[in-house]
Amino acid sequence: MVRPGLANYGKAHTVAVLKDAPALSITDLSFSYPGSSLTALDHINLVMRPGERVALVGPNGAGKSTLIKLIAGLEPEPDRGSILIYGHPRSACYHRVGYVPQRNDIDWQFPVKVRQVVMMGRYAHIGWLKRPGTADREAVDRALEMMDLTRLASRQIGELSGGQQQRVMLARTLAQDADLILLDEPLNNLDVPTQEMIFHVLEALAADNRTIIVSTHDLGILPIHFSRAIFLDRRIISDGPVDEVLTAETLARAYGVRLCTDCPDDEDGEPPSHADSLRQPNDIYRQQP
Amino acid sequence: MIEWLVEPFAYNFFLRSMLAGMLAGIGCAVLGVYVVWRGMAFVGDAIAHTILPGIVVAFMLGINAFIGALAAAVITALGIGLLSRRSRLKEDTAIGVVFSGLFALGILLLSKTGSYQDLTHILFGNILGVSWGDFWGVTIVIFIVMAFVLVFYKELLVTSFDPGHALAIGLSPELIRYGLLLLIALTVVTAIQTVGVVLVIALLVTPAATASLLARELPHIMLLGIVFSILSTIAGLYISFYVNVSSGASVVLALTAIFILVFLLAPGRGVLWKLVSRT
Repeated sequence: MVRPGLANYGKAHTVAVLKDAPALSITDLSFSYPGSSLTALDHINLVMRPGERVALVGPNGAGKSTLIKLIAGLEPEPDRGSILIYGHPRSACYHRVGYVPQRNDIDWQFPVKVRQVVMMGRYAHIGWLKRPGTADREAVDRALEMMDLTRLASRQIGELSGGQQQRVMLARTLAQDADLILLDEPLNNLDVPTQEMIFHVLEALAADNRTIIVSTHDLGILPIHFSRAIFLDRRIISDGPVDEVLTAETLARAYGVRLCTDCPDDEDGEPPSHADSLRQPNDIYRQQP
Repeated sequence: MIEWLVEPFAYNFFLRSMLAGMLAGIGCAVLGVYVVWRGMAFVGDAIAHTILPGIVVAFMLGINAFIGALAAAVITALGIGLLSRRSRLKEDTAIGVVFSGLFALGILLLSKTGSYQDLTHILFGNILGVSWGDFWGVTIVIFIVMAFVLVFYKELLVTSFDPGHALAIGLSPELIRYGLLLLIALTVVTAIQTVGVVLVIALLVTPAATASLLARELPHIMLLGIVFSILSTIAGLYISFYVNVSSGASVVLALTAIFILVFLLAPGRGVLWKLVSRT
């Protein structure tokens, strides 16, 4: 598990943009966790053009988080296949990729303030042995402003509400000035106003030609905010316009009922909980009466 | 009163010991913040214990004990990382195996070569036996620790808070972790003079834990931890001098006493404070 550490951290400015390269190009990617014989991701092919917004949906244990972490560089090199980001291998492009983790992945008691967390987005550009400069502080100010966090900037992060915490993580990615933005279940347990605010910012980013992938098991919000959806269950089951991807078959598959006989079992994934299987279809009916 | 305070300094070793103890305490308090917030307490304890065979082997080979201790601590720091990475074992299991084995080896070797007196000094500290050589060793180590924390402050911060983001921006949390383990090894070696192998973990964890109850930013926690550490070293040495009890135990108990006070009385967050303000 040797990962590049010294070579690319903080070298944002040295990587040129390849002309006409897709924002993300995944070719024949397969991945299994070290020490596990189960295939977490199986022959994934995916191309996204700059400015595109995609919802990554699928049942629990389908590999949504794994795929996002692979693209972001949080997992070791895949068993086979390649991931190209703006035409470059991912190790050359770290600064271009912004990763917003699930809220449970963060220790919110950690003694750090909102502004310092947002500044961490700038570390991608600052690099070793340097301190944040005026440009970095201005970028942080703008990100705080955009996420309506300016007056909370000197709060310890544990003092914030769940929605405010999620906004801090997104502000960090804004400050990073990333071109490919990956959000892992960003809508979990958020109130509707915060969800709307996050969507508003994502729309603004897409208008600015940023490419966005959002993983979610909350299908209710999809039809409104995304044009393209990818249904993942270790393999890509379907990929296309939202209303074509979210068919009765895929929904049944996502929430308990198995319609295909050759699909891989969910042995190491968490089985969909009863709460999920009961709640989710209702949400969809509410959105699509 | 003043006479009482000044009297120990008539012995020239007292000032030297106190300064060396304070310096080691400062290093421990600063690194302790990372130990506490990254959940590395067990690693710190393991590194401290595996110093024992290092010291004994150095004694057998006739080389400086400081170098032997340092070598053992560094080998442990790297070995734990390798063992938990290359096998299916969880890290705390790997630590348990390595550290108890090496500690036992140290006791075995010592029982063949040294005296019971030596063992007591290594286990429980011998702060009044600090030589000028030890003193300068401690000073250099603490200088290195401070420089590392200052220079790599933002890398330490981001890998401690969110290793995922560190990876996403191309910074290896493992690299930083190894650096931190090496520094902990260095600092622990300096601190065993003060409190001994068994109690070093208190010097690493307690000041930072106490300060974390009061402050909400890493630099503030470090500064408060340093203050608690220095106060406890002074208090512990006086107690040890006048009551003629173990200096290491006195320092650690002073630290513990401050922790309990803060835990009960911290403004807004202390247990007693909450009880009182509720009524």
